[in-house]
Amino acid sequence: MFVATLVLTALGLLLGWLLGLAAKVFAVEENPIVNEVEALLPGSQCGQCGFPGCSAAAEAMVEGTAAVNCCPPGGRALTETLAELLNVDLNSLGDAPVPQLATIDDTLCTGCTKCYKACPTDAIVGATRQIHAVISKACTGCSKCKDVCPEDCISLNPEPVTLNNWHWTKPEAA
Amino acid sequence: MDYLLLFISTVLVNNIVLVKFLGLCPLMGVSNNLSAAFGMGLATTFVLTLSALASWIIEHLLLVPLNIEFLRILSFILIIAAVVQFTEAVVRKTSPLLHKNLGVFLPLITTNCAVLGVALLNVREEYSLVQSLVFGMGSALGFSIVMVIFAGLRERIALANVPETFAGTPVSLITAGLLSLVFMGFSGMI
Repeated sequence: MFVATLVLTALGLLLGWLLGLAAKVFAVEENPIVNEVEALLPGSQCGQCGFPGCSAAAEAMVEGTAAVNCCPPGGRALTETLAELLNVDLNSLGDAPVPQLATIDDTLCTGCTKCYKACPTDAIVGATRQIHAVISKACTGCSKCKDVCPEDCISLNPEPVTLNNWHWTKPEAA
Repeated sequence: MDYLLLFISTVLVNNIVLVKFLGLCPLMGVSNNLSAAFGMGLATTFVLTLSALASWIIEHLLLVPLNIEFLRILSFILIIAAVVQFTEAVVRKTSPLLHKNLGVFLPLITTNCAVLGVALLNVREEYSLVQSLVFGMGSALGFSIVMVIFAGLRERIALANVPETFAGTPVSLITAGLLSLVFMGFSGMI
């Protein structure tokens, strides 16, 4: 019985030690906070921040090379969450880029369906040879539709001011 | 020549999955996607070959001399689990995408009965070190071949118009049965 116990214990210790060694040799450097930031970002990979995708932007934000307010689709709510997570002073940030909304000029649209296939958030509705329209609540202003439109009928504009989103202008800096 | 015969007979005639019916869980679980099935085949090949080798060493250098063969299953499982953990570390380092695709099925190689089955069959058939290595590699190759063939078939079935009663798992099981029938046809070849 002692032999059996000893052998199993020794085997377990040896394998555990080998695994520990392997874990060190094959260690993957992963910053858990990068994954957390990436999960908060919209994930539409629009590239308006100037990075190839949301995961690259998340890495840059954690490293501090990108501002936490560089994501226009995320808007103010995302900036606040990220500033809290990454411990950045909100007041030290400059003006955030204004969120843009796509609009389709219905006098030019031919209903080619190219834009709604390109839309990462399914914000464009329409059918073949029917004029398309943008659902502004879903649009993140990524400009992917603008790039594929053969008629050049999509434009990106800041959100029009309505009673629901109007606010006082910020006081001007001295 | 003997080794070649053993190899071919393990890969085709006594195929571990379709003739001995071991390791059916990953056959059903990871065969939705051809590239994932190929990756699973590679990972299992690595684990199977390494654990066949390691279990032979443990059996003949530790268990038999110390007269504690009753610990065979326990110590084999220990070794297999360690090899799987090692494989997972390697895969995570070398191919994060494959690691993501395989997901939970990578640690589940531990409970793949083909791996323990090969180690135990090596003991039952009283194979030598080289023979058990050939047997392990042959079984692993057979497993990978079946995984790839079956994943290819399932990718086609996914596009086919299957009657509603049979859609999903039932038609996969029927396909596996037909594939098994095909591999049974190899018996008598050697």
